[in-house]
Amino acid sequence: MRYPAFLQRIADRADVQPARVLTFSINGQDVSAREDETILAVARENGIPIPTLCHLDGLSERGACRLCIVEIKGSPKLSPACVTLPRQDMEVITNSDRVLDYRRKILELLFTERNHVCSVCVSNGHCDLQALTIELGMTHVHYDYLHSQHTVDASHERFSVDHNRCVLCQRCVRVCDEIEGAHTWDVMGRGHLSKVITDLNQPWGESTTCTGCGKCVQVCPTGALSEKGKSVAEMTKKRQFLPYLKLMRGEEQK
Amino acid sequence: MSRLRVATTWLDGCSGCHMSFLDIDEKLIELSERIELVYSPLVDQKIIPENIDLALIEGAVSSESDREEALTLRARSKVLVSFGDCAVTANVPGMRNQFKVQDVLSRAYIENSTSGNVLPSVFVPKLIEYARPVHEYVTVDLFLPGCPPPADVILSTLNELLEGRFPIPIGKTRFGA
Amino acid sequence: MTIEELQDIGRIEKEKQEGFKHRIHVCVAAGCLSCQSGLVKEALEKEVGRRGLESWVLVKGVGCLGLCTAGPMVAVEPNKILYQGVAVSDASDIVEALGGPSVSRLDCSNQVPFFTRQQKIVLENCGLIDPESIEEYISETGYEALFNALRMMNPTGVIEQISKSGLRGRGGAGFPTGLKWTTVSKTKGNVKFVVCNADEGDPGAFMDRSVLESDPHRVLEGMAIAGYAVGAHYGFIYVRAEYPLAVKRIRTAIARAERLGLLGHNIFNTTFSFDVTVRLGAGAFVCGEETALIASIEGRRGSPRPRPPFPAELGLWGSPTLINNVETFANVPPIIRKGGAWFAGIGTEKSKGTKVFALAGQVNNTGLIEAPMGTTLREIVFDIGGGIKHGRKFKAIQTGGPSGGCIPEQFLDMSMDYESLAKVGSIMGSGGLIVMDETSCMVDVAKFFIEFCMSESCGKCVPCRVGTVQIYNVLRRITEGDGKPSDIALLEELCDLVKNTSLCGLGQTSPNPVLSTIHYFMDEYKAHIEDKVCPAGTCHINHTEKSQ
Repeated sequence: MRYPAFLQRIADRADVQPARVLTFSINGQDVSAREDETILAVARENGIPIPTLCHLDGLSERGACRLCIVEIKGSPKLSPACVTLPRQDMEVITNSDRVLDYRRKILELLFTERNHVCSVCVSNGHCDLQALTIELGMTHVHYDYLHSQHTVDASHERFSVDHNRCVLCQRCVRVCDEIEGAHTWDVMGRGHLSKVITDLNQPWGESTTCTGCGKCVQVCPTGALSEKGKSVAEMTKKRQFLPYLKLMRGEEQK
Repeated sequence: MSRLRVATTWLDGCSGCHMSFLDIDEKLIELSERIELVYSPLVDQKIIPENIDLALIEGAVSSESDREEALTLRARSKVLVSFGDCAVTANVPGMRNQFKVQDVLSRAYIENSTSGNVLPSVFVPKLIEYARPVHEYVTVDLFLPGCPPPADVILSTLNELLEGRFPIPIGKTRFGA
Repeated sequence: MTIEELQDIGRIEKEKQEGFKHRIHVCVAAGCLSCQSGLVKEALEKEVGRRGLESWVLVKGVGCLGLCTAGPMVAVEPNKILYQGVAVSDASDIVEALGGPSVSRLDCSNQVPFFTRQQKIVLENCGLIDPESIEEYISETGYEALFNALRMMNPTGVIEQISKSGLRGRGGAGFPTGLKWTTVSKTKGNVKFVVCNADEGDPGAFMDRSVLESDPHRVLEGMAIAGYAVGAHYGFIYVRAEYPLAVKRIRTAIARAERLGLLGHNIFNTTFSFDVTVRLGAGAFVCGEETALIASIEGRRGSPRPRPPFPAELGLWGSPTLINNVETFANVPPIIRKGGAWFAGIGTEKSKGTKVFALAGQVNNTGLIEAPMGTTLREIVFDIGGGIKHGRKFKAIQTGGPSGGCIPEQFLDMSMDYESLAKVGSIMGSGGLIVMDETSCMVDVAKFFIEFCMSESCGKCVPCRVGTVQIYNVLRRITEGDGKPSDIALLEELCDLVKNTSLCGLGQTSPNPVLSTIHYFMDEYKAHIEDKVCPAGTCHINHTEKSQ
């Protein structure tokens, strides 16, 4: 039924028209969830850690980094927690040896792909990728490094992009499109030759769509996007604005 | 109690890990009662001895001489530790891997040289195509990342190893730290 | 249009065809066209004209005659004479021989197993009708199934027949088509879509291309029936731009069907309307994956997204979408015409009907074939395929392209069906069959396929993007003689990782060629690694001592 607009806004709100609630278990712990919540969200509400890289609260999900894979009892397939919805009585396991092993190997692959030299990186100490090595217990990389060559674009007056540090999580692409609405960032190329680009692969400083808001820099998990003129100690990323903006925009559009 | 025979070496790196080792400061005295440094840049010993109990390798494997040293140390040691980021990941020395060896050498010895203008041919070991982590050449028993690993982590790790345990340094040290 | 009008069109066309004493069919599918069959057709027309035989002899272009290796192919009806390797200079001899004994130097027996062992459902019109003529398609009972569905059956009834037929998706995974249709039809939505996946990208596969080039109306009819069954009024054919001829023919077919009212509004005077649009892919293998295909049709970067939700629920522009492969749609009209039970009587217990294969590689008869499910590999390679070229020894057959596996000699008597292939570590795939003999190095084959997947990976998920590069690098060093004894274990570990953690089918199946060759041809890997020898002599092994 449709209400007058101002009432409809309330009627559409999830807390007034709640989604169904179901119960399932994570690592043997019973949890309850709204049917439209992801396993990742429920796990975090309940203080159960699941590592993520491409996920960021406030941005759309991609299910691409594969670090949040979990086991679901009865299914031979591993499911990314960030995009998988729970079902009643589902048994989720987030910390089996199999899953932990795969996650660490995936992280190792990421380190082989480009040139993640923490010691000389502007994000040293404030880096999601670096933090993941501790979270996943990665002490070294047992695959061969690919020694790939990448460029740095420092043409923007305030920011720079170092593709050597990029993990292709596309947080920059999503925040620019979904939050800022500029869609300056996108991806070109395929496979390991993929690259995030500004406009149609023009230098960032010459981009006609970039508003210079810097949100991409703030959401970048690594040192790929950074502010110029900041020391390593200063280059912390501020992401608190995201869920807030998302919430306000969501309310506005109703 | 006989002291443990410990070797340390410094391959392609900045020696920062050894500096951090020295930062154990007064605890070195305690430690010296339990270990004997049989081969190290810190002692005057040119030839790698036999029967090493514990070897720490700092630095990436970048040259033929690095490779030989790593292989020899491995062959003569019971336990081998990859000591610091350069040994574990190739780190800063590995940054040359994007370029050809010839280009790297001419950049250093010709383009940026104020004298000479010749590539070294004697006394300087031949560079390998890529600077690689130690474990790509020899089996490593323990990885101690860090740039450099903090002194207290080095000490606690050594103490654990002396007790015959293999500590996992996760959470105490990390890449780039 | 009414059924009478439809049948009239068919009857008139049939009479027109039969009015000619001789009909010369020249294959104008891409294979024969590439060896100048277009010029052969012109020469034949000229020759017929020169002799003033236009009212007696019809020269027409037809779809694939099957034996691509012997192209250009020419068939003379109604005498059922088949010529191979026809050149422009042969035109006068062919016309001269009409009515008499055939030109013996060009003879191609159609009584050999290549033709007799096949059973044609999807390809029943291939080589018979002019793909650019809708009338000829109608004359072969074309669009009758659509009429039957729209006027004599309700949507549930149509889906029932498809379910009963046991038809499974011909794109590779073999998902039951009836079940897919049911899901889409049951999903609520004002707007639904039908999508035909013609983004055939496996190396060595040309089934879908041949169907679109030879009998495009069959696919349109299948799509329209599907649209009626699931409640969709819009269809998209996603075809790769590298198939210009297929694109041209399908566009022609759409225009002709629209002109006759067989597509568009109120088809057969019912309330059902169905429009079809062609969308071109820009040459990305991953766009054959349905979610990537959807993204590409929508105008976005063609990369897959995690499923569920499946396109049946959340597809094109968020609407329920039915995606089937070309060959699947091509099977639909005969099933509706003859009934699901008829179709279910062909094939094996779990794999019904026939399968079109593109037979390629070191086999004598390369070309397009169709055989019932359950035909053994031996029959396909040695009977239909005519055995291995130059009398060499069979080594392996690759099914399912880069997502499939290499099947060794010991399984030659295995039946070709979805389950049996899965059991030996391969897949049915879309139908590409690449036959390899003793001169093929299996490590090199594995390297070839993983290189393909590596460069076709979209780069979205980490295991596929980086894992395939790692696998490729290891295989490359093995083929260059730099392999280490530990490399086999490393390969298995990487393959396991990529297989189990990748986002979409491309990544999940990309290790199959590597795993199956390790499994069945371990000795070749060992020869490369331990003895630094390539038994097949394919790899250029570097014997000079390399410094690490």
